[in-house]
Amino acid sequence: MAKVKGAVVVDKEECKGCGLCVVACPYDVLAQNKQVNSRGYHFSFMENPDNCIGCTNCAVVCPDTCITVYRVKL
Amino acid sequence: MDVKDIIKPENLVYEKTKVLTKTTMHYCPGCSHGVAHRLIAEVIDNLDIQDKAIAVAPVGCSVFAYNYIDIDWQEAAHGRAPAVATGIARTNPDKVVMCYQGDGDLASIGTAEIMHACNRGEDIVVIFINNGIYGMTGGQMAPTTLVGQVTSTTPCGRDTALNGYPLKITELIAQLPGTSYVTRQAVHTPAAIRKTRKAITKAYENAMAKKGTAFVEIVSTCNMGWKMPPVEANAWMEENMFPFYPLGDMKNSEKGAVEECYKQN
Repeated sequence: MAKVKGAVVVDKEECKGCGLCVVACPYDVLAQNKQVNSRGYHFSFMENPDNCIGCTNCAVVCPDTCITVYRVKL
Repeated sequence: MDVKDIIKPENLVYEKTKVLTKTTMHYCPGCSHGVAHRLIAEVIDNLDIQDKAIAVAPVGCSVFAYNYIDIDWQEAAHGRAPAVATGIARTNPDKVVMCYQGDGDLASIGTAEIMHACNRGEDIVVIFINNGIYGMTGGQMAPTTLVGQVTSTTPCGRDTALNGYPLKITELIAQLPGTSYVTRQAVHTPAAIRKTRKAITKAYENAMAKKGTAFVEIVSTCNMGWKMPPVEANAWMEENMFPFYPLGDMKNSEKGAVEECYKQN
């Protein structure tokens, strides 16, 4: 088991639904929502929040800088 | 542990840098410009040079870059950003000047300006976004378009008999004695982005140390121009762009080091 646990916050109004963070995540945490935001984009969200280790890969690839990452050591 | 317990200010590891403004970027979903802008903003934040950084905006999609990065900007005519940057850098020697250009801007209409600015060894940072296409105007062929690549002006693929050959401008610039650091990077994976951040940091440090022109090419995608989804465009870039535009440092020295330029090429 991972000794760190993370969480990401996606600004769903800023997200343009490009899907790059979904591919960049090594633990399949993120997915694109079936719902859309006010601009019509399928924004990203944490589908499997338990898997997140807070590696910041999703935030690093996000072209719109709409992801904030938090991490705790257990 | 619940997600709500993790999301607390003391556990923060990554957030949007303050050098980026709150304005939503106008770029298409998945555009590499967004990542490049953020990397420049993060480097400026890390080096703590927000007060002395001046940038020159190009003509192209990134013409509105002054809305997104919170530093001083000057807009230049198409391709003339290095000439404007020369003037700013020479009259303000205590500032760090950067020009941010695309491939239609730098490698086509502005070839003369960039060549001579690099040859004079102006102490500026040049960020060159190469996506092999004129993105803003609708995906026309650029000098950097690959042989056989389909664009809106080459619907059957780029034909060398008619359109000539793709231009490797970074290799040309690496031969000039005025440059200090010439590199080619990409922003398609987290690892590549971290490497690019290091390259931009080094470019800024060289410009501040007056070592000569620092030139960073970023091979990037234009998924709307290429008519692909963002993830597919990244895969296409890895498969087709990287064999012709290999990543890595081409030169790392100081201006005036002529022997090294001729030795490397």
